[in-house]
Amino acid sequence: MRYAETGYNLEIDLARGNIERVETDPKMMETHLGGLGTSVKIHWDRVPPEVKPFDPENLLIFSTGLFNGTPAFSANRTVVTFVSPQSGLLAYPMMGGFWSAELKYAGYDKVIFRNKSPKWVYLWIHNDKVELRDASHLQGKGALETQDLIRKELKEPRAQVAAIGLAGENKVFTASIEQSRSSASRLGGGAVMGDKKIKAIAVRGTKDVNLARGAEFMEHMKGVTEYINFRNANPIKDVMTILSGIGSPQEMVHTDEKWHTENFAWGNARVRRKDFWSKENEENWITTQLGTVKRLISCFNCPQHCGGLVSYQKGPYYMMKCFGKLTYCMAAYVDDLGFNFRILQRATEYGVDSFSTPQILAFAVELYEAGILTDEDFAGTSAYEACPSDKEGRFFWLLDRVARREGIGDVLADGVYYAARKIGKGAEAFDHNTIKKHEQLPLKLGMMDPLYFLMYSTNEKISITQIEGQWPQTPFPTREQREDFVRDWPQLPDDHFKEYLLNWELRGENANPYYPTPLMAAEIVDWMEMLHNIDDACCICAGMSSFCLKPPYHIHNYPKLISAATGMDLDEAGLKKIVNRSRNLHRAFNNRRGMTRADEKPPQDHWKKRFPEIEEQILSTYYKFKGWNNDGIPTRERLEELDLGYVAEDLEKRGILKNGHD
Amino acid sequence: MATIKKKIKTIKIDADKCNGCRGCEIICSAFHANPKYSSNNPARSRIQVITDRLQNKWLPIFAGEYAPAECMGRDKYIIDGKEYDECDFCRAACPSRDLFKEPDSGLPLKCDMCEDNQPGEKPMCVQVCLNHVLTYEEREEEVEEEVKLGDIETGLESMVNKYGLQKIADTVARLAQKG
Repeated sequence: MRYAETGYNLEIDLARGNIERVETDPKMMETHLGGLGTSVKIHWDRVPPEVKPFDPENLLIFSTGLFNGTPAFSANRTVVTFVSPQSGLLAYPMMGGFWSAELKYAGYDKVIFRNKSPKWVYLWIHNDKVELRDASHLQGKGALETQDLIRKELKEPRAQVAAIGLAGENKVFTASIEQSRSSASRLGGGAVMGDKKIKAIAVRGTKDVNLARGAEFMEHMKGVTEYINFRNANPIKDVMTILSGIGSPQEMVHTDEKWHTENFAWGNARVRRKDFWSKENEENWITTQLGTVKRLISCFNCPQHCGGLVSYQKGPYYMMKCFGKLTYCMAAYVDDLGFNFRILQRATEYGVDSFSTPQILAFAVELYEAGILTDEDFAGTSAYEACPSDKEGRFFWLLDRVARREGIGDVLADGVYYAARKIGKGAEAFDHNTIKKHEQLPLKLGMMDPLYFLMYSTNEKISITQIEGQWPQTPFPTREQREDFVRDWPQLPDDHFKEYLLNWELRGENANPYYPTPLMAAEIVDWMEMLHNIDDACCICAGMSSFCLKPPYHIHNYPKLISAATGMDLDEAGLKKIVNRSRNLHRAFNNRRGMTRADEKPPQDHWKKRFPEIEEQILSTYYKFKGWNNDGIPTRERLEELDLGYVAEDLEKRGILKNGHD
Repeated sequence: MATIKKKIKTIKIDADKCNGCRGCEIICSAFHANPKYSSNNPARSRIQVITDRLQNKWLPIFAGEYAPAECMGRDKYIIDGKEYDECDFCRAACPSRDLFKEPDSGLPLKCDMCEDNQPGEKPMCVQVCLNHVLTYEEREEEVEEEVKLGDIETGLESMVNKYGLQKIADTVARLAQKG
């Protein structure tokens, strides 16, 4: 019997309509755990660097992790992996919701799609019965609408459905995959799904997920449960409200948006409005939010309520979470929160990333204002009206064009980076907020910060909210506050990190950009990344682990939980080695596709004050710490330590690693 | 008939607080697995969260008595503008639906308030619901003493319900003749 995992993947050849249930090698769990770890391995083995995002050979993998379907709280992520149409690298957006557990109850760890379907289909997985069904009648339907239509059609109210909307069908590069209250949004998974003509994947499972030592697992979960209760009752002091708790930022609960609205940049990541949170705006926003969020909801087996079921002024219900609450308002310079609720409903049905998409629309507005795009680009046709001139109307119009790939929308649908180059006439200069061709959060700050510099530059995730987390974003002003913070910090991998925090000051030598020193920064970032990689292998929500301060899951209880669940006897060193292997393999996959040091940098204007020499030093120190050469490529030595000699050979054969060189 | 004191165990459900996570379903299936906690499968759970997300419906229901036949009529309720089917509230494992049936055998499931737990310990679903949707309550009630049916009688009664007394009597007589 297999424990924690089911031991089977579904292999779907869309070109031939062939479906196979394939037993997986139990050794894979020992070397790569599951979730992102095992998915990366499959991509490495099967997707050579010549494969383009929209080639039939690009694999699209929906993966569960080790803990989905078990009593581990907040194990609800689905990792979707594919070569991204935007970055050209291996992307792994994740969604919460309910899908992964259901897939494991149906008896599968992963669904692996290859090739393309000749016509629109959806996949229906009901335990041992798996079939590709015609989806031509669902074409053009909204991503949420589709989920309910499929449940109705199958007469299975308990089926969990992941679907794309019109944007995915049209291969918009920021198309998301929507499921229940969650979505896999970043880097265009919806576009790859649409390219393969998969409208949705529905799953219903009624089988068992087994644990090797269940009673022991539950004993360890007691500690986790107690800590969740403790943290919910004791928010962290001296940090912003949304960082004080656990779970993803509780945006549906909290109404205080002073921090987001005044510290994040409005428009195309341009202007900080430091006086936005006036009494009047505050009152309006609170009233709007309280009147719109009808219920606080969660993902599978999670006690938090990061999500909201919303309906604005009796408009249709949809579900939302997190920073998406603000992104459209801020990008469009609209002060009324109601606008965000209205447009996000449409955006959710279209199925688009609510971080990237508002940025793209704001970019278009800027180009228009700069005269680079003209009235001609915003004109109507026989199929649609011309673009209205008010801020709100303009955003709705642009969203429609992008999702439908109509007119200028067809250009914008490839994202800011490609659109800027296609439009030309100086538009490139307006692409000032992408990393590796991917739109970033609209943040423009003052002083270069070593930790954030590293996370932005180097992480394979290319999205800061899935990299940062456990280390406070800014130093505590007073020594007393720092002492108070480090006193109870069992999540730290090692006690010496406490000193780093105690000595971290707001100003002076022990402040940005000099402190944390390059080596400290490398250590701290390495720790945070490691934990994200463990989460992503177990499919625990980062909100209960790597994304928040003092989370319930950490490096000291993870090995015990994984051991009890799987039957492997894993200690901290063993677990670190496995996720390190996964990360290095992921990096090598991206290196093989051409990613090098030159790509690893935040936008030039991310900070006003930049320090090129220090930055180079931080990057070099980090590379060395990771066992990578000066170009950001894992060395043979490091790869061999991680039993990845075959990767070194491949990289050498391709001339990416020079034999014998560091 | 004499009256006796009976301990009534109840779980109060504050459905308004339910965030729809279904943690109750998982722990129920894990607790009732054999060996305990060895496997997880909400389809085996004796509590189910009836959900229709876009209708704002989240309703935890516990498995009650087995119903041999489905109801004649199925009324609908509208509460706070949301339409509920009568079945949504029904606790029975019944032929009209696959709720509260062992997925392998199809046999009916029934909530036992985790009677294997230590005395005084709350049912597992109540313990894992950190949002306090489920509240365990015990109270004493005076009830009329029932004639306690033996196991055989209980079994026979359900056979009689299904096939009628005459058929059962005939069968017993025939079996008796065979010796």
